Amino acid sequence: MSRLRRTMLYVPGSKPGMLADVAIYGADAIMFDLEDAISLKEKDTARMLVYNAVKTVDYSNTELVCRINGLDSPYGERDIEAMVAAGIHVIRLPKTETAQDLHDVEALIEKYEKKYNREIGSVRMMAAIESALGIINAYEIATASKRLIGIAIGAEDYVTNLKTKRSPSGVEILYARSQLLNAARAAGIAALDTVFSDINDMEGFENEVRLIKQLGFDGKSVINPKQIPVVHAIYKPTDAEVAHAKAVVAAIEEAEAKGYGVISLKGKMVDKPIVERAERILELSRLSE
Amino acid sequence: MNELKRHGKAIKVYKGEDKVLSSLEEAIDKAGVKDGMTISFHHHFREGDYTLNMVMEAIAKKGIKDIKIASSSLGKIHEPLIEHIKKGVVTEINTSGLRGKLAEFISKGGLEKPITIRSHGGRARAIEAGEIKIDVAFLAVPSTDAMGNASGIGANTKCGSLGYAIVDARYADTVVLLTDDLKPYPNMPASIRQQEVDYIVKLDKIGDPEGISADATRFTKNPKELKIAENAAKVIRALPYFKDQFSFQTGSGGASLAVTRFLKDFMKEDGIKASFILGGISQPIAEILEEGLTDHLFDTQTFDAYAIESFRKNPNHHEISVSEYANPWSMGSIASQLDYVILSALEIDRDFNVNVMTGSDGIIMGASGGHSDTAASAKVTVIVAPLYRGRIATVVDKVTSVITPGKDVDVLVTERGIAVNPARKDILAILEKTNLPVVSIDALADAALKIVGKPDPIEFTDRVVANIEYRDGSIIDVIHQSKA
Repeated sequence: MSRLRRTMLYVPGSKPGMLADVAIYGADAIMFDLEDAISLKEKDTARMLVYNAVKTVDYSNTELVCRINGLDSPYGERDIEAMVAAGIHVIRLPKTETAQDLHDVEALIEKYEKKYNREIGSVRMMAAIESALGIINAYEIATASKRLIGIAIGAEDYVTNLKTKRSPSGVEILYARSQLLNAARAAGIAALDTVFSDINDMEGFENEVRLIKQLGFDGKSVINPKQIPVVHAIYKPTDAEVAHAKAVVAAIEEAEAKGYGVISLKGKMVDKPIVERAERILELSRLSE
Repeated sequence: MNELKRHGKAIKVYKGEDKVLSSLEEAIDKAGVKDGMTISFHHHFREGDYTLNMVMEAIAKKGIKDIKIASSSLGKIHEPLIEHIKKGVVTEINTSGLRGKLAEFISKGGLEKPITIRSHGGRARAIEAGEIKIDVAFLAVPSTDAMGNASGIGANTKCGSLGYAIVDARYADTVVLLTDDLKPYPNMPASIRQQEVDYIVKLDKIGDPEGISADATRFTKNPKELKIAENAAKVIRALPYFKDQFSFQTGSGGASLAVTRFLKDFMKEDGIKASFILGGISQPIAEILEEGLTDHLFDTQTFDAYAIESFRKNPNHHEISVSEYANPWSMGSIASQLDYVILSALEIDRDFNVNVMTGSDGIIMGASGGHSDTAASAKVTVIVAPLYRGRIATVVDKVTSVITPGKDVDVLVTERGIAVNPARKDILAILEKTNLPVVSIDALADAALKIVGKPDPIEFTDRVVANIEYRDGSIIDVIHQSKA
């Protein structure tokens, strides 16, 4: 777990002021949108703006993601070319339904990596799954490319596809979230949750973040900077969790030094998953500072 | 300085005549307005003021020339002054601020004599010291009785505090009140008292309520301003002056107002109350009084409907004159008791000098206001400003005009870091121990330069169009004629 992906902040590619400022809010990743937030008449200007922003603005070590238009549109390939040329870290595919969708995009990424002398495989990919078919194929999608760093659920299109709408409890997307998360973990990549679109309902947002953290998601897409500290606070391990994790790690180190196989801490057996969880908490704590 | 005496107004004896006159023209005649006189106005009505233009039109019609205007400030609405300047009716202007077409006209050299820009406290000082001698003050008042007991609350217009007008009423040789609400005697509580008033004119309409006071002030939703405001409030909380019975003033800009909100939350969390809040008072400040988180409000000008209602009904919402507010030549203004002031900036430079007067094109667009007064007075002066606006850097090598000298500025909070004036080692030592992003001002100026690039220098001629007076009367800077 070298990178935190607790928050991915959306920014419309057509807004130069936002493109310049988006890094100041402390999101783990920034997602430049060329797709749904951009009207047809601004597709080219947005692409050009994001290209120049990625090339010139200092985003420090924030992970830079670009949501491109689908390859079924006239813009998808041009988006890929511009982003590979600019040096984007991750290309995010919208509305992914099959492994083939990823293969098609990957072929183009590779084509432009060659053209712009970028290392083959250096541009990573993310897939957003936004339909019932995509959820059914989640594992196939999650394992379709070595470039994939994670899969995300896009709930708005998904619930429309299901013929329902979103509710505060999120019961209608519980299956999709669980399926997506399971696929991501099986594939060893990140699982990212959908946006919460009512920026004034901070209580509802907080409840949803607690839910997805409990489910096991790595993080969530956010649409307003004020949502960021809420997510980070919820994902930050508590002092008690950190203290326990330190004790586990210390116990295992001591056991290893003494050549013991199985150890116990305060009367409970400490086995591999507990150690892994402890290490993960310490890493998250370190990165949350 | 001990030889200076406070200047007085002419002594006149009331002989029982009716003070209420039938028209502005009659008032101008009776007040004896003539060529070369200094006449004053206040700006409590902000962009809703009808009276200055009406008075000047009447004066111009009478063929009077060479009038020196001493207004507490001037707004966009006073654009008709351009014609009066062109015709020689007006030949001199003293003001805190200038905006819109009039500001542009002055910046481009439209008035032969340089205008004088003063801070609010500096203007009160200059009036009391006799440097500005007001012959006739024309003061718009929302209500008055027939003797001149006048209030900022009227049937048609409401502006709350009359803090600027109080000084003019006290020091002008002749005082003419303009109102559209003549009340039965006595009109109490009164801000301006009858002993100081010569004449009263009842007009149909003295102002536009919409322009005088905005409705409920809305907090900014701009995430950049919110980030700046939150960090400014954290700076205030981190310093030792943030304790029970502390005091502060916040400016009226988006980020400054938002500081108030964050500060209020911190006060509740830490269980502390303010002893007083000073300033122009707006809803977020009045709410703090309402919630019992401060004991007192001192109010020189009241910005919105909510604050005006607070002014009217809350006995601890006190009206103060602008002299009490910030006059440096007195035995202690209320500003001198401030712990914190939070102010905005159009530009701030590597030496922490602040410009709130001229825009990036060198054209006058702002007001000195209480900026330099409160910055000089408060224990901690915090400037809140974005690193750049649009493509224009806010943190620059050298400000276009100095309003507040860098020695009076302690901390700059931007969205990309917090800089502490190196002279304030005490503040620096404290903030460096927090997790707040403390950087040098040079780092901020460099970052701004890197993002927006270096603009071409602004082109000016050698001619001075405005002298900027520091609060003590010294000239701190001049504004040259713009070639723009």
